[in-house]
Amino acid sequence: MLQSLTILILCQFAGEAITRASDLPLPGPVIGLVLLLVILMVRGGPDEDMKATSSGLLRHLLLLFVPAGAGVVTQLDVLGRNLLPAVVAIVVSTALGLGVTAWVMQRLARRSGV
Amino acid sequence: MKPDLDHLWIYLQSTPLLGLGATLLAYQAAMAITARLGGHTLANPMLIAIGLVVALLLATGMPYPVYFQGAQYVQFLLGPATVALAVPMYANLGQIRRTATALIPALIAGSLTAAGSAMLIARLLGASPTVVLSLAPKSVTTPIAMGIAEQIGGNPSLTAVFVLITGITAIMLIGPVMRVLGITSWPAYGLAAGTAGHGLATARVLLLSDTAGAFGGLAIGLNGLITALIVPLLARLFAYF
Repeated sequence: MLQSLTILILCQFAGEAITRASDLPLPGPVIGLVLLLVILMVRGGPDEDMKATSSGLLRHLLLLFVPAGAGVVTQLDVLGRNLLPAVVAIVVSTALGLGVTAWVMQRLARRSGV
Repeated sequence: MKPDLDHLWIYLQSTPLLGLGATLLAYQAAMAITARLGGHTLANPMLIAIGLVVALLLATGMPYPVYFQGAQYVQFLLGPATVALAVPMYANLGQIRRTATALIPALIAGSLTAAGSAMLIARLLGASPTVVLSLAPKSVTTPIAMGIAEQIGGNPSLTAVFVLITGITAIMLIGPVMRVLGITSWPAYGLAAGTAGHGLATARVLLLSDTAGAFGGLAIGLNGLITALIVPLLARLFAYF
């Protein structure tokens, strides 16, 4: 677990460093994700230790959002003032996103015989 | 006795254990409540835990920064957990390669539509710039969405709430939308769920079909990456409006 956790932290650290140094608009942990993906491809997959560590971290992923989510307490007035536009935007854009993704996928998959 | 209690409260607020303990307790209480509700998709432990913490802060008048002193230790794990998403993504690589010619264009079109239309509609309806930017990554899985929001000048807390509302909306809309468009392929169904409705909608379609669930799973990660690339460009474009 210690070894895998070290790899995860170092990937994130490298990701943050790359973001800062290169002006890339990607969040550091997302670059870290790509780095780990490359490492896994080179190594031919995660070992048992990495599988256990990652599933342990991801099993309670929802817990990790609670501190930031509770920060909504500082945004209640902003949320209240913008609730209607935000909800309309979410409902319409979600319907469009669902439709466009499925429609393009079904069309192209048929054409290329996937 | 009263002054002593005040002193005790001041001491407790100064230690990170209070915020940390409250977060862990709220989450476990939320899981117990969710289990009691039969694990219904809309009974989300994250939403309930956030509600409990917010209620605690409002009831005690504890300022959010004081709470966060302790809660930051939980939040810190979000970075390594985001990196760890590479492991389930690796398991899907074969599937991704086999279907890439349909998958990648569909993901890009879906990601662009979901983020772009949300920003446009919110802007036209007069939402504040912070809200528009916080909405942009709402179809992405929460850890990546919060990272994107921070990057482009949105508010990660607002984004966390918007992501959740989006997932619930996708669960309610996916059936009717697929019926109207005549979508009969499970890969297309699952990909739409993961792209527009991240993990929440994917969990729902997994109940309908394993194939749909698998495509939903790979859409969550890939859409996170694609949206992280697209949204900063959209944000720059919107700065001119």
